[in-house]
Amino acid sequence: MVNEKRQIVIPGETIVSGNEFLPGDGAYRDGTEVVAGRYGIANIFEKHVRVIPVSGAYYPRRGNTIIGTIVDITFNGWLIDFGGAQNAFLPVSEVPRYINKNEMREFLDFGESVIVKVWDVKSRGVDASMKMRGFGKIEGGMIVSVGPNTVPRIIGKEGSMVKLIKGATGCDVTVGQNGKVWISGKDTDGEVATRKIIEFITGNATIAGLTGKVENFIKELGLSVNKVEIVAEDTDVEEAN
Amino acid sequence: MASLYEKRFDGRAVGEVRPMIAKVGIVPSADGSASFETGGTKAIAVVRGPRTLHPQHMQNAQTGILRVSYGMMPFSVWDRIRPGPSRRSEEIGKVCEWALDSVVDLSGFPNTVVDVFIQIPKADAGTRVAGLNAAAMALAHAGIPMKEMITAIAVGKADKTLLVDVDKAEEDFHDGEGATDIPLAITSRGKEISLLQLDGKISPAELSEAIEMGKKACDDILKVQMDALKNVTGENNE
Repeated sequence: MVNEKRQIVIPGETIVSGNEFLPGDGAYRDGTEVVAGRYGIANIFEKHVRVIPVSGAYYPRRGNTIIGTIVDITFNGWLIDFGGAQNAFLPVSEVPRYINKNEMREFLDFGESVIVKVWDVKSRGVDASMKMRGFGKIEGGMIVSVGPNTVPRIIGKEGSMVKLIKGATGCDVTVGQNGKVWISGKDTDGEVATRKIIEFITGNATIAGLTGKVENFIKELGLSVNKVEIVAEDTDVEEAN
Repeated sequence: MASLYEKRFDGRAVGEVRPMIAKVGIVPSADGSASFETGGTKAIAVVRGPRTLHPQHMQNAQTGILRVSYGMMPFSVWDRIRPGPSRRSEEIGKVCEWALDSVVDLSGFPNTVVDVFIQIPKADAGTRVAGLNAAAMALAHAGIPMKEMITAIAVGKADKTLLVDVDKAEEDFHDGEGATDIPLAITSRGKEISLLQLDGKISPAELSEAIEMGKKACDDILKVQMDALKNVTGENNE
């Protein structure tokens, strides 16, 4: 028996047959067969069958880093639009400083952008938190929309691609799993170069051996590929699930 | 008496569908998109969502809802189609919505809506079934939870001859018993009928035979849909 296998499946397609298999995310049981309940890559790990999405809208998961904008302020928190099905709620208690509830707009006002962590995902919405290093209000820099499905390529294996970009341009790059990237640097030139590199990655997201091509692209821009490891790691690095 | 329509105008066998082309991921700004072409008919489907539904009184707190709109482009036929919603386009949007609703599961996204936009850039009969084929692929591409796929085909009858994938010339066949047009949608796994309309005259025995012919043709269409979904290369989701 194969332990792990990958293949693209479409809804209604039989992934595997046998009562010993357990359907997980995106799969369901029909008689003795485990069937795909959505389009994606079938992943069979031991006896657990899942379908991993490869396209479509962003679905938040616990622990994700997301970048969004404030769309509403309630008496005890903020509502953040991050491009998902529902808005995320950031309670005052999940902000790491004292907030005067009468002056909530002093800290976060309508239209301002934030980096937050997905604390909990319920069917009725997402709870967010800011209580960790690297999260907070976005000031300066630029936000680039890339689409959620290219995010794993921008991050790279164990954050290698982000490190490469940071090393080349000296800009801070924070990748939100919802497909938004915040670039912040000392000058606009560096930010524009960073943005060009990120757009190059998203334009070639399906190509194998992307790191080498990105290195060449960085050299074409007149920058040097800096191999030094960045010590201050403030990007939430996650593997492509 | 023999049928007045024995040899098809374009030389196809009675059970033969027109050449099909399916593409996925054709609209970069959408969550999911697809096009489906058979002969002179082409449909584009774009999916947006799930996203919060407004106005709020339309929201369902137990499940997300599916909303399908269908429209023919003004230049899709030889004379001009008046742009904007019409009685016909509203009806087709609604029957497509019901056909797709039976396989889509939006219970995980309460208070939201999934919008499906079907547009017909060129029409030579069978636009609603081409639209359904494209919409099913676009929904799958958008990562919407679905129990199975939908495949659709228009079967029909010209005089006494049963036909698969009727084109416009056959739809307008006037001699003898005239033409009958039966759009049909089948689910890919359960092989259940999720859309069945009938325009014209047909006997019960002929109808079940026509449905069987349609089911057989749907297997070919499903292969085309699967190929398109499995070989998405230039994935762009900016």
